[in-house]
Amino acid sequence: MSFGPHLFLALLEGTVTAFVLALTALGLSLVFGVMRIVNVAHGEFYMLGAVLAWACAHAVGTPVAGFIVAMLVAPLAVGAFALVADRWILRRVNYHPESTIVATIGLLYVLQQAVLMLYGPDARPVAPPLYFKIQFPWFGYSGYKLVVAAASALLLAATWLLITRTRLGLYMRATQQDLEMAQAFGVPARRVYALVFALGAMLAAAAGVLIVPIEQAHYLMGLDPLLMSFIVVIIGGLGSLRGTLVAAFAVGLSDGVVSVFFSPTLAKIVATLLVAAVLVVRPGGLFGEERA
Amino acid sequence: MSAWRKVLALHLAVLLALLVLQFVLPPYHHTNVARIMVLAAYAIGYNVLLGYTGLMSLGHAMFFAAGMYGAGLPVYYFGMGAPAAFACGLAAGVGLALLFGLMALRTVGPSFLIVSMMFGQALFLVTLYFNEITLGDQGFILSEKLRPLELAGTQLGFHEPAVKYNLALAIFTGCLLAALALRLSALGRVLIGIRENEERTRLLGYDSFRYKLLALGVSGALSAAAGAGYALLFSYVGSTFASILFSIYPLLWTLLGGVGTVLGPLVGTALMFYLVDTVSGVTSSYLLFVGAALVALVLWFPLGILGTVRSRWLPWLP
Amino acid sequence: MSQNRRQGAATAGPEFGRRRTLISLGSLAGAVLTGSVLNTRFAFAQANRPIRIGFQVHRTGVGAVYGRWFERTTTATVRMLNEKGGIAGRPIEIVAEDDGTDPKRGPEVVEKLARQHKVDFVYGTLFSHVVIASAPRAGELKIPYFVVSEGYHVASGKMNRYCFQPGITDVRAQVTAVASWILGKLGKKVTLIYPDYAFGYDHRDYFSQAAEKHGGRVLEKLAIPPAERSFTKYFARIPADTEVLYHVMVGPGVLTFVKEMGEHFGKKRPQIFGFIDSLEGVDMASSGLEYLDGTYFWEAMPRYLQGNEPAYVKEYRQRVGVNDAGASLADPKDVSTYSHMFGCWETLHVIKQAVEKSGYRDPAAGDYRKFIESLEAETGFAEGLAHPQGAKRFNGRLHQCYGHQHLSKVEGGRLKVVHRTAIEDSLYPPEGDYTRQSL
Repeated sequence: MSFGPHLFLALLEGTVTAFVLALTALGLSLVFGVMRIVNVAHGEFYMLGAVLAWACAHAVGTPVAGFIVAMLVAPLAVGAFALVADRWILRRVNYHPESTIVATIGLLYVLQQAVLMLYGPDARPVAPPLYFKIQFPWFGYSGYKLVVAAASALLLAATWLLITRTRLGLYMRATQQDLEMAQAFGVPARRVYALVFALGAMLAAAAGVLIVPIEQAHYLMGLDPLLMSFIVVIIGGLGSLRGTLVAAFAVGLSDGVVSVFFSPTLAKIVATLLVAAVLVVRPGGLFGEERA
Repeated sequence: MSAWRKVLALHLAVLLALLVLQFVLPPYHHTNVARIMVLAAYAIGYNVLLGYTGLMSLGHAMFFAAGMYGAGLPVYYFGMGAPAAFACGLAAGVGLALLFGLMALRTVGPSFLIVSMMFGQALFLVTLYFNEITLGDQGFILSEKLRPLELAGTQLGFHEPAVKYNLALAIFTGCLLAALALRLSALGRVLIGIRENEERTRLLGYDSFRYKLLALGVSGALSAAAGAGYALLFSYVGSTFASILFSIYPLLWTLLGGVGTVLGPLVGTALMFYLVDTVSGVTSSYLLFVGAALVALVLWFPLGILGTVRSRWLPWLP
Repeated sequence: MSQNRRQGAATAGPEFGRRRTLISLGSLAGAVLTGSVLNTRFAFAQANRPIRIGFQVHRTGVGAVYGRWFERTTTATVRMLNEKGGIAGRPIEIVAEDDGTDPKRGPEVVEKLARQHKVDFVYGTLFSHVVIASAPRAGELKIPYFVVSEGYHVASGKMNRYCFQPGITDVRAQVTAVASWILGKLGKKVTLIYPDYAFGYDHRDYFSQAAEKHGGRVLEKLAIPPAERSFTKYFARIPADTEVLYHVMVGPGVLTFVKEMGEHFGKKRPQIFGFIDSLEGVDMASSGLEYLDGTYFWEAMPRYLQGNEPAYVKEYRQRVGVNDAGASLADPKDVSTYSHMFGCWETLHVIKQAVEKSGYRDPAAGDYRKFIESLEAETGFAEGLAHPQGAKRFNGRLHQCYGHQHLSKVEGGRLKVVHRTAIEDSLYPPEGDYTRQSL
């Protein structure tokens, strides 16, 4: 295949990656922005979404119905779990940064191994709700992948509306800007924290549900999205939504292009070192607030 | 007895106990304790950064791996002798720590953590990418290529249990005493000042960046010493030791044993080693146990074992 | 009257004395008899004490699917062998420890099995990186270590004299055997897709060597990093004039791999040849695998019952609990790792044969020497219930066995064997000699 079509393929792949990455990383970024904690178990919420999607598809039987059920059930279930985790663990340690990191690392292993014990070590496929192939002159491409990109865009837009147009969004932004001031104004900080944590988990789970017909549900699938989300959030700036989106696209597209033309391992090494470079120049990330 | 004499006596007693232990231990536990001592040295290195300086890293496996590959590659390809290889591993670890520090220490808190995780992951990927040299995740063994040590005319083969144990003890002793010396020194007090309140320490005139870099250098050196030791004593060098899980272990061991105490890492490493050993005989999912242990520690037992001992009964414990 | 009786008793005289002596003699005899019976019983118990085999199993980690089936096969083999009297009249006891498919934990498990559980032999490791990390420790502990892996490690001569792989063939032999058939029957211009680590390199290197020998040409070598989840970009790099696509993808991404392969090629595709390693434990009838119909796979042992198998193969399948489709009898959705697990069955039978031939009794240096030398003197194993995969040739110097390989075609969601290679097809010049090492 010559250069032109190759590049086109790379851009297609990159776009799909970017949308899904944005959806996954957004949850992490929100949680950090509002709660000032890093949730290392974030990738496991994504994995749980995928595994629950498989369970729903398995229980329901038909792909379309299974997908719809999964899209409703998985995020809600994962969100509920996140609420419980927030109540029983995070609140207990008062959202202390280091303690939450350690606690969420522990959660990561508990979730991963629980899934291993209940679901098993196999990677199981889920049939996509819509399957069609787009035949370009140079190669065939999965239509569902473009559906995923569109669905992610919709969810991102919905989240943006939530943050900018609703009261919850207002509370979230206020808490992020100045917690004490927000509390003085009557914002129920604790409840906001819980809901934000749940929202972050739900976004990750939704990304998992979307992705699972393309990849399969496997108990170790959460690590890579976690690392990629970290890269995106750091480059974009912890706490900045706009930064997250911009960075997701930058990382997704460049990863797509570099890994088509060079080795993907090399692409990953470059991406992680890029994080360092960004932080040397701007310790707060590209769009982040400067923090001493 | 003055405080520091008590401290010195305690630590020397521990070392003496370890020395004597090798004559009473049954064979299975003999090798286990050797492994524990080397891994505890790694945890001690980690604790210098977390416990003393207050910086949490999730990429420390990169220093361990730097020591491991730094020692292992010259032996495998050039037949270098063990002492020289150890020095190479140590140098690699210190070099990496300083390089990393120059870049990463501008960030604080969660950013530092994430950057350390990224660097750790990058090094892991590098060991896979250059697998023509490093043999990637399959790894390579040193036992054929390692010449025995020559000491006072006698040949000490690395496969002999007594040699393994005592060299492991030597590495552990070096790291323990280094950590103790650091803790008790003026330098150590500055580090603790930085941990408690960096702003105030800076106001007092200390260049916190330089001190943090120094701490990172020491931490990297001790971890690399452990890595080099592990490669030379247990013969296997592979990418697994550069993975994120291997960065999480010293955090777990340090927290369990008592973060900020000198002997805490030893207690934590030993306890966790035997817990995993026992648990994996019962359930097939010992990582679940590791995860639950982390959550439980942070919820109910944040000071760890020796930390609790120190706060309740022995305030002089460093 | 009573006085008479008393008098009678008192005046028992010599009869009494004789009776006493008789009684004493009798009890002495009884004691001796009992003693000797007890002694014999004790000696009997000694002879019947179990042979303990340490099983280093991948219960968790990336190898867990294999570990599960290795464990089932091991249990079935031991049950059968014990029904038939065990090894040298001694029952077999399996002591299993999970190594988590982790090269750090591997040597610790070997240590625990050898030193704490004091087993006679250690066996059962599959994943190459764990094998390579664990083997040296077995050598240091001087305990025979039986590998059930496909990697080219034991056969490379780079392990130690205590390591054996007598129950399963190595990847170099497999690739050598299939290469000649592929290049002869499917096409001469080949593109390789393989994982970017040791297992993949073995395929890359040995196939390239074989291609040169048989007049083929490798057009492109595509290495895929371990954690890769999407493969579309790799398919784009396949040259248009490829006649055969040779793929060895393993891991959770395999189903995506196949699906995207189908999306890329569509109807116009080259011949496609893969290794069943990609689909061990995976149902051929899974959604997304329809594209594999008409493609070929290497199998060590045919998963689907072909119909012309000898009775001992059917008995083997029955005992390990697989149905005609190679899935669990208890749960047809639970597909087995059929091309690997026979290695456990056959290795345990080899251990039995070697113990009985060499007179091995206890884990002591002298017994181990007899055991190892006896095993090194073997030249092969006949097909039969002990070796249901097929006859084996055994290279005693290299500690590696060689066997038949199968080439199968996917038809209607099932695998049908189209060719069975001769053992000679898989041979290559040996690169080592363990008998030169001292024990």
